[in-house]
Amino acid sequence: METKHLERVVIRFTGDSGDGMQLTGTEFAKAAAEAGNDISTFPDFPAEIRAPAGSLFGVSGFQLHFSSSEIYTPGDAPDVLVAMNPAALKTNLKDLVDGGTLIVNTGAFVEANLKKAGYQTNPIEDGSLAKYKVHAIDITQLTMAALEGSELSNKEKGRAKNFFALGLVFWMYGREPEQEIRRIHQQFAKKNPAFAEANVKVFKAGYHYGETAEVFQTQYKVPPAEFKPGMYRNITGNEAIALGLVVGAELAAKKLFYAGYPITPASTILHTLAKYKNFGTVTFQAEDEIAAIGAAIGAAYGGSIAVTASSGPGIALKGEAIGLGVMTELPLVIVNVQRGGPSTGLPTKTEQSDLYQAVFGRNGEAPIPVIAAKSPGDTFYCAIEAVKIATRYMVPVMLLSDGYIANGSEPWPLPDLEALPRFEVIHRTDPSNYFVYERDERTLARAWVVPGTPGLEHRIGGIEKDARTGNISYAPENHEKMVRLRAEKVARVAQDIGELDLHGADSGDVLVIGWGGTFGAIRQAVQHLQAQGKKVSHAHLRWLSPLEPGLAKVIKNFKHVVVAELNMGQLRTLIRAELLVDAAGINKIQGQPFKVRELIDAIDRQLTGARPETSPNGASLAEPIGIA
Amino acid sequence: MTQEVKLKLSKKDLETDQDVRWCPGCGDYAILATVQRTLASVGVKRENTVFISGIGCSSRFPYYMNTYGFHTIHGRAPTIASGLKVARPELDVWVITGDGDGLSIGGNHMIHALRRNMDLKILLFNNQIYGLTKGQYSPTSQFGTRAPSTPTGSIDHPLNPISLVLGAGATFVARVADTDAKLMSSILEQAYKHKGAVLIEMLQNCPVFNDGVWDRVKDDAPNQQIKLVDGQPLVFANGTKGIRLTKDLRPEIVEVGDGPGQVPASELLVHSEQGSPVYAHVLAQLVQPDFPMPVGILHRQTKPTYEQLAVSQLEEAAATQGLGDLNKLLHSGMIWEVTPDGTTRR
Repeated sequence: METKHLERVVIRFTGDSGDGMQLTGTEFAKAAAEAGNDISTFPDFPAEIRAPAGSLFGVSGFQLHFSSSEIYTPGDAPDVLVAMNPAALKTNLKDLVDGGTLIVNTGAFVEANLKKAGYQTNPIEDGSLAKYKVHAIDITQLTMAALEGSELSNKEKGRAKNFFALGLVFWMYGREPEQEIRRIHQQFAKKNPAFAEANVKVFKAGYHYGETAEVFQTQYKVPPAEFKPGMYRNITGNEAIALGLVVGAELAAKKLFYAGYPITPASTILHTLAKYKNFGTVTFQAEDEIAAIGAAIGAAYGGSIAVTASSGPGIALKGEAIGLGVMTELPLVIVNVQRGGPSTGLPTKTEQSDLYQAVFGRNGEAPIPVIAAKSPGDTFYCAIEAVKIATRYMVPVMLLSDGYIANGSEPWPLPDLEALPRFEVIHRTDPSNYFVYERDERTLARAWVVPGTPGLEHRIGGIEKDARTGNISYAPENHEKMVRLRAEKVARVAQDIGELDLHGADSGDVLVIGWGGTFGAIRQAVQHLQAQGKKVSHAHLRWLSPLEPGLAKVIKNFKHVVVAELNMGQLRTLIRAELLVDAAGINKIQGQPFKVRELIDAIDRQLTGARPETSPNGASLAEPIGIA
Repeated sequence: MTQEVKLKLSKKDLETDQDVRWCPGCGDYAILATVQRTLASVGVKRENTVFISGIGCSSRFPYYMNTYGFHTIHGRAPTIASGLKVARPELDVWVITGDGDGLSIGGNHMIHALRRNMDLKILLFNNQIYGLTKGQYSPTSQFGTRAPSTPTGSIDHPLNPISLVLGAGATFVARVADTDAKLMSSILEQAYKHKGAVLIEMLQNCPVFNDGVWDRVKDDAPNQQIKLVDGQPLVFANGTKGIRLTKDLRPEIVEVGDGPGQVPASELLVHSEQGSPVYAHVLAQLVQPDFPMPVGILHRQTKPTYEQLAVSQLEEAAATQGLGDLNKLLHSGMIWEVTPDGTTRR
């Protein structure tokens, strides 16, 4: 037995959506994080809760990248693929690197399953897997054997087989099993101690199988990464948003009110916040998306830090109410955890195609500030910033996340709460000379007066307001004045925006602009090209509305500007319109994140002058990339 | 006289400086005056009173109340009111809506606000027509209503607002005509004291687009209205007629008395505000043109309100888990420490 040291590994667990692959992946990710690796995860699952067993569309996957150096993405292609059935193999094999390790559960490679996956012959036996290191193991049978004598039903026993796979990879990568055994007990003991016992047994069986079966010649070690000293937490984007909202409300010295309606992939924000009642956080599951934002507006009117979250289709339903928030100038945070669209689209897949919706998606002139998080942990800070800007400028703020950030996790350095600047909200109570729409000179915000304040009774609403008194006004000049004031207020948010996140020189051959969850892939691709001596820089936008002022200062210093995003070119359009720059696009609309390789190749094409094709009328077309 | 020493408001204190913009003769004027007078007399505090409306003629109401007010968007007033009430349970929250706003575009929110027993006082101005959009038929318009959108007569059946709100779980249901100031005032007073979801159907006249739609009920009150009195039989026409329930649960109009063909008062339905759901639903079925319409408090029951339950969950969480500690919250889940020498500690 030898031990090999590796710098990084990408492993993907795949199986039926009922096979427990998400749990397996999550547990293995925890072990990697605990061992000091940097990690990045990418759960990828179907919209169906339990798709028909063995079907291609029912395959659920969880990819984990763990490394002894800093990493930004869950990895382009797995080095190791665990396939619990033929459908999982069929849909995932194309991604496995040549020479990669393949662990298959032969117990599931029976005729019926092979047929469902479209295999004419059994790939394990027909030689088609010759270029991989194949470990064909009857995990189903070994699981049953491990549980012989157990009182569980055969069906229940079969469910434990993911723990065999987990035990096996624990051994392969030299992870300590004790902590995992404790965790299994903790997780399952409440539900049913017999399940906990069975899972531990099967987990150990998998671990010992690795140790004793002669098929595994090598054990791999990925040494710990160098982290800055401090406390870390493994966190997903939706957990971090929830924490950011609670902390944001605390920094504002206000109560948090959250209203939502169930929708993938935003629901877990509601689930998380519903557990924080002892912080005074009120959660409200509304009857629909409109009611959720309506309740949030009501709570904002009452003086709460009011938040609603959804995904694209739900945000579309909230559009009219966001306009009411704009008109009545109430602070509000609207979170959009984007998914593939249009319509129902790809509910469990990621996309960045709601940028137009965020910036423009309302009737009338209704600009709002839009901020986008770049990673799971970053959603925490974006949530705080959204709360700050909403209350400071008295305006609804849209916070964009996406399915990739929401469900993916990373080691997150825990913030020092004391170091976070407070932005305490003070409601006006002085009744003398009160005019409802009189504004702060710097921010143009009106005073946030809440019901219950004697002497300041007033009426607001969605009809155009007189610029001073707030009474209904149809006066032509007043309307134009108010439209311009509301726009100016959003523009002034720029004065509270930090420095542009620019990686590389402030001039050169190519400036790659990105926003949101593509941060890691773009940063890694650009670093790769920079290491080759290429004059490439990466600007990652946090604020999309107003556009970060820092961008205008550097964008003209580059020969080429290319905007990389998971849509048809929405930010590119904004940049071309606002900054009059002939930006090209790197665009992918497959419900999947960018692979670093795809980006390197696409940026390289810019450098070599191979511009994307141009349509007859001169407009640059989005260049499809990464189609396998 | 300053705010502090003035113990009780007058109607005038609840009026605003805004010109009331309803059409001359609109039933809304009478309702506004009665609401202002009643709220002043029951001793509300202006600063703790909030009127929230949707869109429509009636939804201009908040502009004319010198309290806090929010004129929102079409159909959504109950949602905004719900959020406000949950966030600020101490406020008195009133919702002004109409048959189009509250039963058509906002029907869903109406159902759920009532179902949750939010402590909201919802005043539903029912004039069986869309006024502000110039006269289209509404969900309560009679079958065959000729309107700009239905020149040959509407072909959908009207919904029964009282049946709907009872089914949704309103805990205080009442009906009154716009001009019946005395009854309206007593209902509003009771509604104000009620803790829970209130729905008052105001039979309101639109003189421009649906003039006289309630005239029969209002002008011939003795014969077309049943004044509900808790514990008293359902009678009208000066006590000469009453409502009895047949064995197959159909309400029927009977002559009251001991003579031939008459029915003794003891066989009539007896009104009970806190009566069974079956009884309440029978009352809801007494509609024009076959029956006189019951007015007054149709149904009332006591149930915990949503916001009370929400607050008690917060209190219970604080009591059992202790007041939230943000540092502890952040340091939960899967955490580990990287020490200065680079090792990892769980």
